[in-house]
Formats: sequence, structure tokens, C-alpha cells
Amino acid sequence: MGVKDKIKYIFSYKIAGKLLIEYNTKKTFKNFKPPKNWRTDILAPSLRTGVYTKEIIAKHYLEGRYVSGVKPVAWVTSGAPIEILKALGFYILYPENHGALCGARKVALEISEEAEKKGYSIDICSYARTDIGATLSKKTPVGKLPKPDLLLCCTNICQTVLYWYRVLAEYYKVPLIVIDTPFVYDEAKEHDIEYVKKQLEASIEVSEKVAGKSLSFSKLKEVVRLSKMAAELWLEIMNANKNKPAPISVFDQFIHMAPIVEKRGDPETVDFYSKMLDEINERIKNGIGAIKNERKRVLWDNLPIWYKIRFLSEFLAENGVSVIASTYTNAWGELAPMMDIERPIESMAKTYVYPILNRGTGHKLKTMETMVKEFDLDGAILHSDRSCKPYSVGQMDQRLKLLNELGVAALLLEADHNDPRAFADEQIKSRLKAFMEMMD
Amino acid sequence: METVKSIGIDAGSTTLKIVGVNEEGKILFSIVEDADPKVEEQTEHILNKLKENYDMESSKIVATGYGSNLIKADKKVTEITCHAKGIYEYFKTGGTAVDIGGQDNKVILISKNGKVIDFIMNDKCASGTGRFLENTAWRLKIPMEKMAELALNSDGEVKISSTCAVFAESEVISHLSRGQKLEHVIKGLHRAMVKRITSMIYTVGFNPPLMLSGGVAKNKAVVKMLEEELGEKPRIPENPQIMGAFGAALIGLSQ
Ligand SMILES: Nc1ncnc2c1ncn2[C@@H]1O[C@H](COP(=O)(O)OP(=O)(O)OP(=O)(O)O)[C@@H](O)[C@H]1O
Ligand code: SF4
Ligand SMILES: [Mg+2]
Repeated sequence: MGVKDKIKYIFSYKIAGKLLIEYNTKKTFKNFKPPKNWRTDILAPSLRTGVYTKEIIAKHYLEGRYVSGVKPVAWVTSGAPIEILKALGFYILYPENHGALCGARKVALEISEEAEKKGYSIDICSYARTDIGATLSKKTPVGKLPKPDLLLCCTNICQTVLYWYRVLAEYYKVPLIVIDTPFVYDEAKEHDIEYVKKQLEASIEVSEKVAGKSLSFSKLKEVVRLSKMAAELWLEIMNANKNKPAPISVFDQFIHMAPIVEKRGDPETVDFYSKMLDEINERIKNGIGAIKNERKRVLWDNLPIWYKIRFLSEFLAENGVSVIASTYTNAWGELAPMMDIERPIESMAKTYVYPILNRGTGHKLKTMETMVKEFDLDGAILHSDRSCKPYSVGQMDQRLKLLNELGVAALLLEADHNDPRAFADEQIKSRLKAFMEMMD
Repeated sequence: METVKSIGIDAGSTTLKIVGVNEEGKILFSIVEDADPKVEEQTEHILNKLKENYDMESSKIVATGYGSNLIKADKKVTEITCHAKGIYEYFKTGGTAVDIGGQDNKVILISKNGKVIDFIMNDKCASGTGRFLENTAWRLKIPMEKMAELALNSDGEVKISSTCAVFAESEVISHLSRGQKLEHVIKGLHRAMVKRITSMIYTVGFNPPLMLSGGVAKNKAVVKMLEEELGEKPRIPENPQIMGAFGAALIGLSQ
């Protein structure tokens, strides 16, 4: 740990940056106004607590700029069991979230082209391309990403991450921990969980070595506790949409889920979601819906289309369609009950084999069917994501089942989560319009 | 002068269709022209000419199709709803409507009472659409009508495996250069297109009768092959190309 790094970190992040960001948040929160050109004619005013989302993310990436040499840095997949790293004091970066941020800021294409130039195929996941592009070119909208000291890859979302993290390991020449999670067709077997648990235990030693300290179990329990609390709050926020009108659109959830992914295990994240829940409850009390004129309620399946969130949200809201439930945002809440503070490692093993992408397509169908009933939905939009195969497989049948067995309108929408080349405005509009006319 | 109660305008990717109906929904006139890049001016020009023979003072206008954004209308409705409406009112039955246009295919499931139950459109590519055959027709300098005739009268068939409009074109050229008979290749090309459409029909689930709309429904070879593939004789309106505009006009009546 260089003294110079530490001084710079304390000065630029802890003192100047952080305080400035916090001061700004307080000010904007106090004199809160929805952002310029926010369509208040069709949408509820943006969530006031959203200023904290911005704050958390801004601080996270600002810390990343100065953290090298001060804290150990780990790059991890979105479904990775981060609790151990968190307890060891790692700074944790999620390349997928960074990818999403590049997508939302509309620079993902430019960055992923950097990877394509080096021969990475456009058929590879567009997050992977964005991340590898950012790694190779150092291009990023957040200034600078800290170099990893450790990589943690969990295959509970897809197999792509395995190859992607091997590329990173080779490039950065740092240790790579792979947590291999057996696919769950129906129920996870005892030995599946045991197998994951053993890997988690084995990972502790490597992580400790990189961190230069040993794991404190009480710290780990604390992180698991905070992680669970935040996930429970997030779940409660999503479930608030069972109210009519639904208070928070899925498009807003896409934006405000960043902390539950990137900062779970932190006390600030728990604070943040409890503030957000208060605001949501306030909305319910006052009968405020996410969109002004909620005529139809639909669900969203698969990843967001990051570079078109606003376009989609406004286009649908203009027509009175509120998107209020999603299998994607749900994924960060549904497993909360499985976490057990008293048995952190065992319960982590279980929690991390059960994400939606590590389970059969029948499970996803069941999730959507439950949503249709519990949220009283009229339709479903299934984003068929060109470069995320594991999420998109099975959607053809799922769509037909929703239509034929539950009688809700269901649309397959072809696009890509981070590659705008797979999105044709006019064609998407014409399909969405026909879908909406079908619900009338 | 007859009074036009409602006008449907279908500004497609390839052609512009305008249909006027009276109070009972009877077609008074129908116009089909190649679509101009300035479709709004083209439409205005056509409407102005029609005004010489029809009373269009109080006509409702409903627009549909890719160019509908450019057109002044009382209402804009998607092609799915318009084709479904046109076909349903024409045949007075539910079933599976297939619109094969210049750039888009649409398969629409229509309920007994005329509601759209489900639909599917081709992905972001022109495979299996009119453009698929047209590309090759242009390349070989054969008029479209002649293409269908060649396919219909061919005594053999070459398998074209590509469903991509661009790759199929080069596949055709390479078969020809290897000495395959022109009509065999053209028939194979029609088959590839029809198979693409049948697979779309099976994706939504085929529910007879099969009813066609769109310009490609005029292609007799396509119609015959659809029958071969599905084992079901398609029903075709007198002029399938105007069904979208007809449906739009009918929607205008209930405004
Ligand atoms: N007699 C015919 N024989 C064969 N093909 C024909 C005939 N008449 C028209 N077509 C084909 O029909 C297609 C145009 O159909 P249509 O007018 O329904 O398209 P569109 O509505 O403009 O297109 P889209 O609905 O895809 O935007 C062209 O590809 C043309 O080649
Ligand atoms: S392929 Fe899908 S699950 Fe895997 S990293 Fe990409 S977006 Fe995530
Ligand atoms: Mg058309």
C-alpha cells in the first residue's frame, strides 16, 4: 500500500470528491425538480430518492479512480458471491454494470467496437465486448477503471463469463476464482450445494492472500445480514407494484437497481432502499402511479435495452401501458429469503445456485405466470436478446404458453441489451403498437 | 357524385394503396401505386384527383404502413390491425391471415369475432418477403409475373438453402453458372421463401382457414406452394394487395 496512493485516495475521494457529491445530493434533494425534459405529462415525477442512486453510483466510480494501491480490487460477475470479498474489504467492480452504464450513456457501441477490432466476434455477449473493449482501449465514461487484483467469476448466469474472465485473467495476469454452479433443472441436489460450498470455502484462502488479511466471520455475517436486508427491501419495492396504479415502473427499477447489484452488503444500500420504499409507500398512499394513465399493466422479460430505456418508457406510457414487473429486476430480490445469517457459507452456496438463469426454462415460465396473476397483468413483453442466449432460450414457448394458457397478450421483441445495431426504431414501434392494439 | 365515408391509406415499404368506402363499407375505389419516397405528396396528389369524381368533404382518413407517419390522417393504426380487419370483413371468418408484403411478413391469428389473438412479424431482415424474390428478379432481369410463371411450370426444383435475401441471390447465381435450369432454380427460390413463411405460421400456431393479403399473394407459385406445405387451400381476396387499406377504411367508418 503506497503512502502516496493513500494520500491521494484520502484527499481526492474521501475528502474532496465524496463531500462534494454528498453536498450536491443534499442540495438537489432539498430543491428537488425532475430532470429537464422529463415527460411529466405522461409519467409521474421522477423518484426523489433517485438522487441517492446517482450519489451511490457516482461515489462508487469515483472511489474506483483512486482505489488502486489502497484497497484490493476485485472484478466480479453480476451473480457472484461477493460477501466474502466484501468482508475482506475489497473494492468490487462489476463489469456488467459498467457495461450497462456505457449502454445507458450510449457509448457501449464505440467501446465494444474496440474489442471487435481485435477480433472479438459480434456474436459474443455485448457486455463482454463492452468490457473487453474498455479493458483494451481504456475508454470509459467514468474516467478510469481500477485494475483488478483478483477476478471472481460465477457461472450461475451463463458460460460466457467463464471465457470472458479467462481473457481478463490473461490480460491482467491476476488470479481467477471460478465458482462453478451446477444447473438446476428442478430442485438443487444436496451434493450440488455441497459442491458449491466447498468451492466457496476454497476461495477464501486465495482471497485472503490477495487481500493480505484473514477473513473475520463476524464481519462476513454482518455483510450477509446487510445483503439480505437490502435484497428484502428491494423485493418489497417491487411487490409494491401489486397496487393499482403501480408506483414504480420497471424502467425506473432498471436504473435504481444499480445499488442492489453493485453495493449490496453496504449499510448505505440498506438506508437507501428503505428511503426509497418510504417514497413508494407515499406514492401508494396518494394514488400516484408510475405513469399518469395506467390503462394496461405488462411485464418485461430479459435484460433491459439500456440504450433505449427512455424511448421505450415514454412510447409505452404515451399509450397508457405501464411496465410493472420483470423477471430481471426480480432476480436480485427473489433469493433474499434463502440467505441465512447464522450459516453464511452454506446459505450462500444455496442462494447462488438458484438464480433464474441457472434454472430450467420452466421455472422462468412459472415466475412469469405468477407475476401475471399477482400483479394482475394484461400482457408480457419478452425481449429476445440477441447476445444473451441463456436468458432468451425458451422464450418462444414461454410466449405461447402465456398467450394460450393465461390469455394475456405476449410479444417477442428482438433487440440486444447493449448493442444498438440490433435495434430498429420503426420496426420496434410497429410491433409494440400492434401489441398494444391487441390488448385493447 | 358518390359520398366517400372513409378512406384507408396503406403506405407500405414498396407500394401505396388507397381505398375509399361508402357507408356500408363497400369499396368505391382502390388505387395501388409504387411508393414514392415523398409519399405524403404522392398521396395528396392522388386524393386531389379523386376529389374530381367523389365527394370526400367529410371522409375520415385512417393511415397505416411504414409511411403512415408522413401522412395526414384522423387516425393511425398498425398494419396488423388493418390487415386483420380487412381480411375478417372480407371473408367473414376468423383463422390465420398472412400478409406478405415487400419487406415484412405478418402472420395474424384472428378470433371468431374478428379480434387479433396473436401475431408475428419477420425479424429485422427481409427473408421470406417480396424483396427476397424481387432481388433475384432484378438481378436476372426477369419481370415478377414471369418469375411466378417459371416456377409454376417448372418440372424440377433445386434446393436453395439460404433464407437470407442477399445470400439466396448469390446462391441462385452460382446454381445457374453450374448449369442448373433457370426454372428449377426459380422454383427452389420460391420454395425457400414459402418454407420461411410456413415456419412463421407454425410459430404462432396454424388455425385454418388460411387467408392471404399483400402483393405477394398475387404470385400463383407462392399460393400453390403454400397449399402444398400446409395441406390447406389458401383463400385469396380479389385484390389481396389492398386488404390493409380496406381494413383501414373500415376502421374509419366506426370512428
Ligand atoms: N402480380 C404479382 N406477382 C408477383 N409478385 C407481386 C405481384 N404484384 C406484386 N407483387 C409483389 O408484392 C410485393 C409488394 O407487396 P405489397 O404492396 O403488399 O407491399 P407493401 O405493403 O408495400 O410492403 P410492406 O407491407 O412489407 O411494407 C412486391 O415484392 C411485389 O414484387
Ligand atoms: S451472456 Fe447474458 S448472462 Fe451472460 S454476461 Fe452476457 S448478458 Fe449476462
Ligand atoms: Mg403492406
